[in-house]
Amino acid sequence: MAHAQSALITPSSRPAGKRVQMMATCLCDAFYDDVARATVEVLEHLGCTVEFPEGQTCCGQPAFNGGDWEASRRVVRHTAKVFAGDLPIIVPSGSCAAMMFHGAPLEFEKQPDLPEIEALGKRAWELVDFIVHGLGVKTWPGRYQAKVAFHRSCHSRGTCTGPAALALLSSIAGIEVVPFGEGEQCCGFGGTFSVSFPNVSKGMGTLKLEHIRAAQPDVLASIDMSCMMHLGGLAEKDGKPIKTLHVAQILRDALKNA
Amino acid sequence: MALQQIDQFAAKLRPDTRAAVYDGSKKGHEKRTAVLFDHYPDPDHLRRLAGNIKQHVVENLDTLLPAAAAALERNGVKVHWASTAEEANAAVLAIMQARGAKKMVKAKTMVSEETHLADYLGKNGVECVETDLGEFIIQIDGDHPSHIVKPIIHKNRREIATSFEKHGLGAYNDDPQTITRRARAHLRRKYLEADVGLTGANFVTADTGRLVLVTNEGNSRFCLAATKCHIAMVGIEKLLPRETDLGLYLNLLARSGTGQQLTVYTEFISGPRSPAQPDGPEEMHVIFVDNGRTEALASECREILRCIRCGACLNVCPVYRQASGHAYRSVYPGPVGAVLSPLLAGERFPELADLPKASSLCGACNEVCPVNIPIPDLLLRLRARGKEAGAKNAAAGTPPMGAWSLLATQPFAWRTSLTAGHTLNYVPKSLIPVPPMQTWLRDRTLPAWRGGAFRKWMKDRAKK
Ligand code: SF4
Repeated sequence: MAHAQSALITPSSRPAGKRVQMMATCLCDAFYDDVARATVEVLEHLGCTVEFPEGQTCCGQPAFNGGDWEASRRVVRHTAKVFAGDLPIIVPSGSCAAMMFHGAPLEFEKQPDLPEIEALGKRAWELVDFIVHGLGVKTWPGRYQAKVAFHRSCHSRGTCTGPAALALLSSIAGIEVVPFGEGEQCCGFGGTFSVSFPNVSKGMGTLKLEHIRAAQPDVLASIDMSCMMHLGGLAEKDGKPIKTLHVAQILRDALKNA
Repeated sequence: MALQQIDQFAAKLRPDTRAAVYDGSKKGHEKRTAVLFDHYPDPDHLRRLAGNIKQHVVENLDTLLPAAAAALERNGVKVHWASTAEEANAAVLAIMQARGAKKMVKAKTMVSEETHLADYLGKNGVECVETDLGEFIIQIDGDHPSHIVKPIIHKNRREIATSFEKHGLGAYNDDPQTITRRARAHLRRKYLEADVGLTGANFVTADTGRLVLVTNEGNSRFCLAATKCHIAMVGIEKLLPRETDLGLYLNLLARSGTGQQLTVYTEFISGPRSPAQPDGPEEMHVIFVDNGRTEALASECREILRCIRCGACLNVCPVYRQASGHAYRSVYPGPVGAVLSPLLAGERFPELADLPKASSLCGACNEVCPVNIPIPDLLLRLRARGKEAGAKNAAAGTPPMGAWSLLATQPFAWRTSLTAGHTLNYVPKSLIPVPPMQTWLRDRTLPAWRGGAFRKWMKDRAKK
């Protein structure tokens, strides 16, 4: 058996181009429609034609992380069918993108259709990664007046996504990116982890919020709404809400002041 | 609903214990990162290299082990093989008995924790004294290590001072220097009385049969200097192919483990004393211990055998920091333990099948591991194994995925539940597979349900 390595997909091995398919993710489908809209608008601003396959549901990650690989594989197979073709698949979530290029191939290791699933994964791009490395966009126009704390979500570890998002945000006029302590630590969401380990998850999130609040940002931003749902939810329950945004929303709103 | 044991343990952990574990881990991680990136332009390159060499070792144990054994024997070392913990302990006892020895001084070795050697020897009339300060404190307290490098990371000095007083090591005094001095005075006598010194090994080189030990207290050196017989208990995966590989690993181990350039004591042992040497053990034994390792080797998680026990993954792990090492109910805690402990448990795997669940899969462990073990992938594989084995403790608190996966493969039903939820303003629980919604809502709010809103927007624009 080939030994597993951390997934570092080199940009050159993925298809780029301006006709793209978009995977909205189940979280945006259910809660964060504005993030999905921002994703479309940002891509269109860059000259992309965005296709939205109607049959899409979820990337399969919840069951994959939960250990129910059979259930997860059913969903991944469905996703592969819905996203047939060879266009880049753009996902406004580092976590769902990583599920497609790393998680899915792992759970298909012993399956006959591994090649198709690997092919699907090679087409998956996290949105900001695609903007910076797929389309070669290095700076962003417009203006966005805010102190932004950027939460490096864990699924972008070992990928070029985190630095890409930071660079893009920093290039926007008016934005001051404020660093905060222990930025490399997880926020404690972890999908089903947040409900099966409620105490540890809350402990982790509370610590993360303390660090973030100390930096006094106007906005907490991330490329994963899952982390934002968890941190924003904790903060609000605590009576000290913080404003959370997806990077795509900031990019779109900056354009309004271009 | 059944609860995850590690989460329950974390909830009940004393705040000062959590603080001690958190501070110790955080400091360890920060020192590691500072020294590694200060000294090397690209530590990740070194980690990958070290990972590849160790992977080579793991995959070639069938030839490297005999080579190492032959080299050790050439050096005058007697080599023993133990496939189980019982065999390993029995081998130690047999060596003691053959010498008529009753007293042992022991350096820190994780494999002897696996076999519960000290207890076993005690029951068989042999006094076995831990000489590593942390392990010594654990021993007098009847406690268990909670970290593989810093066994007493969970204790503060007031607790230590109290137990010293209780065990006749002087009146209460929580000054660290005084504590150390008292332990030293006590242990010096034990070294002189002992017949046998037992150590582990951080590395054994297959080409030259050299045993390498790293410590910061010099206790393993005393174990060897004061006794006539040296026994080393060594896990079979501890090999390095060549002596020249040591440079890479010693540099990575010290930096990853304790944030040092080099540990204070690094011993290279090439056999019992030679006639030219004034002192040192006349007799030397190496016991290669399997204890579940070949099974791990045959498993889908063999990469874990690369581990050089540096503890960096524990230090960086947010779950370890919240829950402490004792939460893991096994010799190896933290990310490495969540993989290794269930694997080494063999048939008792289901008992520890919940350990791989104790992770948000954040990947910090993989990022710091000096041998680049893809720990999250291994945790995931063990989760799948736990699910197949029907382990109840692993399933605790995890929402069942059946209904969700059915929905997620039927676009029409999916879309319908999205919009139905939207119009009725409720969260279709089978859609978002976090049905223990009460658990979520206990600590957090949930954003407004906007199911179907984006799809409608897309359709409306297409019409324009
Ligand atoms: S798994 Fe890696 S980081 Fe953890 S103790 Fe082993 S070598 Fe160190």
